[in-house]
Amino acid sequence: MRLTEEKKVMGIDLIFRIAAIGILVSVLNQVLSRSGRDEYATMTTLAGLVVVLLMVIKEIVNLFDTIKAMFHF
Amino acid sequence: MLLDIIQIVGLGIAATIIIIVIKAQKPEIAIQLSLITGIVIFFLIAGKFAAIVDLLGSYFDKADIDIMYFTVLLKIVGIAYIAEFGAEICRDAGESSIASKIELAAKVIIMALAVPIITSLLELVISIMP
Repeated sequence: MRLTEEKKVMGIDLIFRIAAIGILVSVLNQVLSRSGRDEYATMTTLAGLVVVLLMVIKEIVNLFDTIKAMFHF
Repeated sequence: MLLDIIQIVGLGIAATIIIIVIKAQKPEIAIQLSLITGIVIFFLIAGKFAAIVDLLGSYFDKADIDIMYFTVLLKIVGIAYIAEFGAEICRDAGESSIASKIELAAKVIIMALAVPIITSLLELVISIMP
């Protein structure tokens, strides 16, 4: 039952969300670095990376918990 | 079942195209995308896998085989899967040395887990010998 609920929460929308963040960050990075604000560009890259990392870490924890339950650890 | 595999293949192709688009600008986010794609595909098949494991477990019960062996077998499969997952992510990111260390660690842990099975086999051999 738990597995089907998780399946509904995640899916292709998670991939699209991360892809959108990546494209947005790269566009912002280019705009900022063209306008001469290289330090802001670096910060934007870092912030985007951290946001994506937080999303990914949540799912990794989810994956490991599921594997632990599934393989009788 | 056919619908499921179509879904998974479509997801994989869509994710691959997105990853190729993003990789040129932001390779670090592309790696995380491939990671999350792997996780999503795992969750798509997780329910079916749990059903298969339940089936195998019930037959182990019926055949009166010690459930410990089944658990060890399942743990080995799980360790192999996790290690392969991590190692492939590392290898995709260009860190093949870390990937081979992960694989080595998985092999060592699997050997350690298989110790009770090997011990029982050796004891059986010794008890058969005159």
